[in-house]
Amino acid sequence: MQKSSRLAIFALLELASDPERQVSVSDIGEKYGVSAHHLAKVMHTLGRAGLVRSIRGVGGGYSFAGNARRVTLLDIIGLFEDISPACAPRDPDAPTAEKALCQVEAEIDDISKATLGSITISTMLKNIRRIEEKSARALQEDMAG
Amino acid sequence: MADSEEMLDNALKGRISIRRARAEDLDQVIALDAKVTGLAKLDYWQDIFERYATRRLDERFFLVAEGSESDAGTILGFIIGEVRGWEFGSAPCGWVFAFSVDPGTRLRGVGESLFEAISDRFRAAGIRTMRTMVARDNRLHMAFFRSEGMVAGPYIQLEKSLDD
Repeated sequence: MQKSSRLAIFALLELASDPERQVSVSDIGEKYGVSAHHLAKVMHTLGRAGLVRSIRGVGGGYSFAGNARRVTLLDIIGLFEDISPACAPRDPDAPTAEKALCQVEAEIDDISKATLGSITISTMLKNIRRIEEKSARALQEDMAG
Repeated sequence: MADSEEMLDNALKGRISIRRARAEDLDQVIALDAKVTGLAKLDYWQDIFERYATRRLDERFFLVAEGSESDAGTILGFIIGEVRGWEFGSAPCGWVFAFSVDPGTRLRGVGESLFEAISDRFRAAGIRTMRTMVARDNRLHMAFFRSEGMVAGPYIQLEKSLDD
């Protein structure tokens, strides 16, 4: 996954965790250790896709504008990367080894897309909560033990 | 999920009751399955009912979701699973092999209620891992199971066309 896609996912998770909140690019950049310049480009793309809304002025920033239960990781990645099949069928006279390797690449591609296309922002937020709760439980058990 | 959505989900879930399937539910289960899959499988469902709703009930669970207000008596969905052990070297786990929700009642928390109910039954049977299998292109089921916290397991399903 490319850096822009990862940043976009982090930014959307940050904003979608509290859709009422406005967050500045510098706040998100600081949290994930990236330049405001790079992040601004990512936010611009997300804005054009209707996933974030920019609010100008003092205290401005970005807020979440998408549907967290519908937008998947694949939708987000597709805004920044070419997600067309890794190995498209081409010349029927291509060497057999090339066709066989293409079959393997297509299999990997299908599984990746099925995974990324089934995980929504809402599911990611739930997963984050589950990880945090599990860590908190482990900490409590450590302290009790 | 926003608090308001969660409250709505919980309110809707309160109008659904989850229980074991009874013989008189079978016609509705068959009709619901036919509505979703396009195939009425009468013999298959009679056999499934016989095996999963009448025998070894401590480790076989054929659960239905029934409406409780204006749709009382209506089967809104079902889930079926059983405890399976030592297949492919796996320690006993809970296998969910059938799951369906009436398309007209989706987003009412029916699927989530069924999923939670069968999870509770597996837990009570001493099971700590639950598994299922989903068609790769079935985004609806895949997204649902993911949202319930399911992730890719340690096995990969393989197949071979016997015509090749």
